[in-house]
Amino acid sequence: MSDLMQTPLSRWHRDRGARMVPFAGFEMPVQYEGVLAEHTTVRERVGLFDITHMGEVYVDGPGARDWISGLITNSLLKSEPGKVLYTTMCNEQGRCLDDMLIYHLADERWLVVMNASNHDKIVAWMRAHLPADGVAMDDASDRTGLIAVQGPASKDLVQRLDQLAGRAAGIDALDFYTHFLLDGPGGEWIVSRTGYTGEHGYELYLPNADMLPVWEELLGKGDDLGVAPIGLAARDTLRFEACYCLYGHELSEDWTPLEAGIGWAVKLKKKGGFVGRDALVALKESGLPRKLIGLEVQGGPIAREGAVVLAGDREVGFVTSGTFTPTLQKKLALALVETESATADLTVEVRGKRLDGVVVPLPFLDARVKGDPRAERSQSNN
Amino acid sequence: MIPDDRKYTQEHEWVQVEGDIGMVGVTDHAAGELGDIVYVDLPDVGSEYSAGDAVGSIESVKAVADLYIPVSGEIVEINETLDGDPGMVNNSPMDDGWMFKIKLADPSELDSLLDAGAYEDLLG
Repeated sequence: MSDLMQTPLSRWHRDRGARMVPFAGFEMPVQYEGVLAEHTTVRERVGLFDITHMGEVYVDGPGARDWISGLITNSLLKSEPGKVLYTTMCNEQGRCLDDMLIYHLADERWLVVMNASNHDKIVAWMRAHLPADGVAMDDASDRTGLIAVQGPASKDLVQRLDQLAGRAAGIDALDFYTHFLLDGPGGEWIVSRTGYTGEHGYELYLPNADMLPVWEELLGKGDDLGVAPIGLAARDTLRFEACYCLYGHELSEDWTPLEAGIGWAVKLKKKGGFVGRDALVALKESGLPRKLIGLEVQGGPIAREGAVVLAGDREVGFVTSGTFTPTLQKKLALALVETESATADLTVEVRGKRLDGVVVPLPFLDARVKGDPRAERSQSNN
Repeated sequence: MIPDDRKYTQEHEWVQVEGDIGMVGVTDHAAGELGDIVYVDLPDVGSEYSAGDAVGSIESVKAVADLYIPVSGEIVEINETLDGDPGMVNNSPMDDGWMFKIKLADPSELDSLLDAGAYEDLLG
């Protein structure tokens, strides 16, 4: 795997016996102890994720707010420094290029955090739309590491970091989707109340040089809290139970974020408009052709990505993600289906077997974090 | 240590023979590679297969693996407990996590399977 990019922790993962896999050009840990145990660690205690593969692009300048606003579907109009915004970015057809977080770091300073698998595409897209002056882009992906600390004990744990000593009030004040900055040994840190697990958690954006010391400090100081490193496999089962979209599964350039059920992150009437707006307005007026639904699959094998969904003998959609959910102990699937079939009696075909799929409300796992926009919208959409 | 009371395949199944009945499962190595197993699809009792046929599947959270039959014959019993407790395959792949029993059609097929030493070499 020598041609794969490494994180500052890759060697640590290997030494710890993690199973390493190629993921979006990086060599990443998919599991350590086992996906079920790691999943439970995050739901009941606290887990650490190395998600350095995510892409980080700083945007500066007096024109930054309006420029970013014109490229994303959600609204920055009410943003102020300290806020974090979840959004999608679409092409002119209103189809999804990526989903991302936008950090409002200072008046004219922003950070765009994108999926590793879309990093090159999004950076190129942003550069192609960059105005002649008033905005500067700085792709910091190669020098920025990212540790997610997730789980009910995450607050206890991050407060023990030397760098956060004396910041207890700041951590207490962090609402979901807010952040603060601090000066770390290797440079600026971003301490963010965000995550991809459905649990209370933090994401720490760190200069590469600070990654290994902080990772080891968190593990060393969290023994009594039951802290453990968590691989990408459990990251996926955790986000799946919370029904957070995963690009390449629920989100794609082949359909729109409206169909993927995240219309709450698409502000069609926002001032100044955005790339893809007209197409999305037209689609909404004509009626959304497809809808993301949740299915509980009865018996048999797991209905995974790509499995065909049928109403009677007619193909009406496909599974975008499916797995056995460790917390709920059920076989569940997210599926994109024709809107008019979204309440029909559905079956899913898996390796020649037709399994009953009972439509269940989203999210699968009730919201566990106050103010979780992704969970709240799912309920209101269904 | 690879137990020498049974034979092995390149696909990491084992078969332990008593009389003309072979009990089949997957090895420690296979169970470990798959990770947490959450579903096992077993063949129907009474169906007949030839050596090497795919007769079922084993699913972990992340992946699906085919289950192959090491020798030809008729399925005479399946391990019903795996339906409710597929994790048994991880906990005890070589004993309680067995998959099915087969009435051997041609016991001489066993000669072409790997013994414990050859299987250990395969794992490297």
